[in-house]
Amino acid sequence: MRRADTLRAAAQALFENPARTLLTLLGVIIGVACVVSMAAIGAGAQHRVSEAIGAFGANVLVVNPGATNKDGVSSASGGEKSLTVADAEAIGALTTIREAAPTDFGKVQIVAKDRNWSTTVNGTNVGHFAIRQWKVATGRTFSREEESSAAKVAVLGAVAAERLFGAENPVGQIVRILNTPFTVIGVLKPKGAAFDGQDQDDVAFVPIAAAAVRLIGGANTVNHDAVAYILASARSSDWMEYAVDDITRLLRQRHARAGRADDFTVTTAAAALAAQDASTRTIALLLGAVALISLIVGGISIMNIMLVCVTERTPEIGLRLAVGARPRDIARQFLVEAVVLSAVGGVLGVALGAVAAALVATFLGWPVLIEPQTVIAAVGVAAAFGIAFGWYPARRASLLQPVAALRSR
Amino acid sequence: MVISARSMSRRYGSADLPFVALAPTSLDIEPGEYVAIVGASGSGKSTLMNLLGLLDRPSSGRLRFEGKETTALGPDALAQIRNRRIGFIFQQYHLLPRMTALGNVELPLVYARETLRNRRRRAEAALDSVGLSAKLGSLPASLSGGEQQRVAIARALAMDPVLLLADEPTGALDSRSGADVLALIEGVNRRGRAVVIVTHDARIAARAPRIISMRDGAIASDERRSEQGLMFA
Repeated sequence: MRRADTLRAAAQALFENPARTLLTLLGVIIGVACVVSMAAIGAGAQHRVSEAIGAFGANVLVVNPGATNKDGVSSASGGEKSLTVADAEAIGALTTIREAAPTDFGKVQIVAKDRNWSTTVNGTNVGHFAIRQWKVATGRTFSREEESSAAKVAVLGAVAAERLFGAENPVGQIVRILNTPFTVIGVLKPKGAAFDGQDQDDVAFVPIAAAAVRLIGGANTVNHDAVAYILASARSSDWMEYAVDDITRLLRQRHARAGRADDFTVTTAAAALAAQDASTRTIALLLGAVALISLIVGGISIMNIMLVCVTERTPEIGLRLAVGARPRDIARQFLVEAVVLSAVGGVLGVALGAVAAALVATFLGWPVLIEPQTVIAAVGVAAAFGIAFGWYPARRASLLQPVAALRSR
Repeated sequence: MVISARSMSRRYGSADLPFVALAPTSLDIEPGEYVAIVGASGSGKSTLMNLLGLLDRPSSGRLRFEGKETTALGPDALAQIRNRRIGFIFQQYHLLPRMTALGNVELPLVYARETLRNRRRRAEAALDSVGLSAKLGSLPASLSGGEQQRVAIARALAMDPVLLLADEPTGALDSRSGADVLALIEGVNRRGRAVVIVTHDARIAARAPRIISMRDGAIASDERRSEQGLMFA
């Protein structure tokens, strides 16, 4: 049999029973689509977390006030304001630390000419931007003089700038924060939503000295010098362990905590996100398991239909053998049929899976990511099922004596 | 000699409980001979025909086809002999239902690796020889039983075989179409090909110059009646 004839015979067989062909296709399509869409959702979630880790920086540390466990009673860190600007300066002086930025914040009203907007105002120093690798879009960040003199200058996040000034350039304009006028000196580049869903660009920054005296600190009557947290960066990500040890030792000494529980907690951003990563990994695994089951169910349906259809066609195989087909001609025809079915079903399945993933992304807002290896795996497994269960029984039938195949019904 | 069988038998089932479909049988068929095999159902006539057509393998004995021993041949070599040298006609026609008359007749030519053009030309000629040149594109379901059997004859003749095997070729047909089919088969014999026709109809058998009658899996009688003058070989 010529190659073109094998193809023609396979195509003819596929078109001659459209219902059977469609049913087989459906098995492949649903199996593949399930794997592709599930894996896309799982991979999307994982990708978002690892992106967040990357964006946050592998060498970033956060020092929060309060202990996670005090006298056997767990309280969230930040329960008391035990950290100070002086602590931050001491941390910044450690050899393992590149920069440290004391940060205090509050949700307050900002007024600009005819508009006002409620946003998170952070009191910090210029190190904050460096640690978070946050670039300026227009203008500049604080100078050292402005920091030390508690100058009334502000840097706006992209969203806050847009809400207060629209398309206008905010640099050089005056905003009133809690009735104190501040000059806008810069606008930051947009950073997008954090992995916890918060919009990082809806924010404003002022020097911590200005904040402590004029804004947030005004409400904190106990300790004007206290800060909400200290953001720091290690000299390199390899030095993280030493940096955590150094900070812990330093703060114990400064706070004279000998024999008592720590009143601070040092967290690495990577560690915090790693926990998140582990949970998304579990979800991805779960989705993968569901997808695998649907692929197996799809495979079984392919197998059933292939087996039935070969049995049904055994007399045809017998006739072909009688008029001169060699067993390998028969096997080849069924192999081509199975390959065509698997390929068409695989392509349609990938397309359907991609559409499903896109719908999830659009309507649920979940991140999705279709990875080439899942597409290859899904199509490969479906094709293996289709080919194995289409080709093998046909091969067996072709090895019967022609008369036995002709007579079978 | 087209066919030369020596002590050829066919058994089914296990070794300790065999069912003997054909007891050891010896038989020769000359080129151009016209042989009718008759017998009640279960007498072994179809078993014999399937063995002669290389559609089945004997359990013991030898079978030469055109002088070549076939019992040791592999499935590919047997397929090639069936394809080039033997034509089959079955009681139930065995046409592929979704293929046109032309497609069905082309089937043996496809397995002979004929070119598209040769295949078409020879299939059309074969259909023309059975009087169906107007039905090339018809599907079997749209043809009458007689027409379907004529398509099957065209398929059997497409490769110009030396031996035509017909298993109850008129069994499913009314007497009129049966006569047409029989006339075609006799015409094939007149053009020099050996024909073996299996039938339980005594009148059909009576037209053959040689009648082999089967009983209980063995040849009961083998009679030649050359005076009828149907042999031209």
